[in-house]
Amino acid sequence: MSVKVSIPTILRPLTNDQKQIEAVGINVLEVIDQMDQQYPGIKEKLIAKGKPHRFINIYVNDNDIRFSDGLTTNLKDGDSLTILPAVAGG
Amino acid sequence: MLTLHIKLVEAMLAQAQKDHPVETCGVIAGPIGSNLPQRLIPMQNVAQSEDFFQFDSLQHLKVWREMETRGEAPVVIYHSHTKTPAYPSKTDVKYAAEPKAHYVIISSNRLYGEEIRSFRIVDGIVIEERIKIVNTYQPNLEQLKVA
Repeated sequence: MSVKVSIPTILRPLTNDQKQIEAVGINVLEVIDQMDQQYPGIKEKLIAKGKPHRFINIYVNDNDIRFSDGLTTNLKDGDSLTILPAVAGG
Repeated sequence: MLTLHIKLVEAMLAQAQKDHPVETCGVIAGPIGSNLPQRLIPMQNVAQSEDFFQFDSLQHLKVWREMETRGEAPVVIYHSHTKTPAYPSKTDVKYAAEPKAHYVIISSNRLYGEEIRSFRIVDGIVIEERIKIVNTYQPNLEQLKVA
């Protein structure tokens, strides 16, 4: 499945400043693994010990993957995957 | 330096007072590259805490997409401190992920008055900047939209 991935400003140094990249995978984890081959270092910014970082939001189309199947959320051709660092603090 | 229209300052202070003792939060959008905050969007604090805030993730996506469609950027990201001065906490610094944004902090605690301060937070480094409060922006700019 080919999907479009939106990259947030803070991770663009890893993607040669590209705002959007194409990646392939049947679920979110596969897409992230594939991106990491092309843009090494991106996976560790998103995932630790098999789980997304608490303060990274990952969306498939309009849905936060926390409310679906997490990293195993399935993807269809043409889906969009958006990564946004949570805006949070104390 | 951050230039802020008085109406935006008043809106942030009022929102912080209204939500006290819970931390308030929001964003002020402005045209990309303008460095001029114009459109204030209060955000839901999903943490509903006195010492933590986090934007609701679905509202975050919706608002960020709206900004993209309108050619805007998050010029200001603001939140309140309910017990401490308006200075970035360790967690504020840890989670600051918008290097181009002005991080505005309002203290809603009476001890500190109506304190409002602005910071740049890049790679863990905090730099305070002056806030210039104005009554008008340049006349050729779009009108303010305070929600």
